[in-house]
Amino acid sequence: MNTNRRSFLKSSVTASAIGIAVGAGLISPRAVLAAWPKAAFQATDVNSALSAALGASNASPSGDIKLKAPDIAENGAVVPVTVTSKIAGTESISIIVAKNATPLAATFNLASNTEGFISTRIKMGKTSDVVAVIKAGGKLYTAKKEVKVTIGGCGG
Amino acid sequence: MAKSIKIRAKVKGGVTIVKTLISHPMETGMRKNKKTGKKIPAEYIQEVTCTHNGKNVLTAYWGTAISKNPYMSFQFKGAKSGDKLKVSWLDNKGKSDSAEVKIK
Repeated sequence: MNTNRRSFLKSSVTASAIGIAVGAGLISPRAVLAAWPKAAFQATDVNSALSAALGASNASPSGDIKLKAPDIAENGAVVPVTVTSKIAGTESISIIVAKNATPLAATFNLASNTEGFISTRIKMGKTSDVVAVIKAGGKLYTAKKEVKVTIGGCGG
Repeated sequence: MAKSIKIRAKVKGGVTIVKTLISHPMETGMRKNKKTGKKIPAEYIQEVTCTHNGKNVLTAYWGTAISKNPYMSFQFKGAKSGDKLKVSWLDNKGKSDSAEVKIK
């Protein structure tokens, strides 16, 4: 009886503390749930990186994603990549370089008022497909583009 | 690590365009020092968070494949001129920095 009461109190206190913090906008729900996904960034193939980062790897190609990257990158250390998603309710944008030692380059988690747009610069070891993976409504959508690299950006 | 972040934020037609530039080596841990042949230890940003008036608008998780001195641009709705935009980062060595600007 006593132990039940104790654990009940404990759990309700913890739950309400998180609830208050989220409600007050101090921390977003995502920030509470997800920390830096170590397994995803250490994964050495695309599918396991996707499963670790986004919980699934079965992404379907979508024409609503625009992936802008150069056809030929002279310097693999700095490859500008821009992803624009027109999919409603885009929750996150991940950038993957298929042939890098660890394919996952970055995951951007977007708030509800953040547009489906990300522009950044990535490193590429060699010529490879650059893949954008969008998570929206629990499903994954993808678009890819091959970028030819003349000088690798990893190692040296 | 003061002033490692440069931010430009501007409202245009209801959408705020944010551009950030962080000065950081972004070492992958794979590169070797040519003289000694030893590997240069990894040092890279893992997490970047952006908040608008204290409310989170973007959380980015980065791996080693983000270029040195990372550039990032994103857009969000609902901000007006004079609002505060804060950007902070945290790297794998536990170093961090943050900067705040007023949206133009």
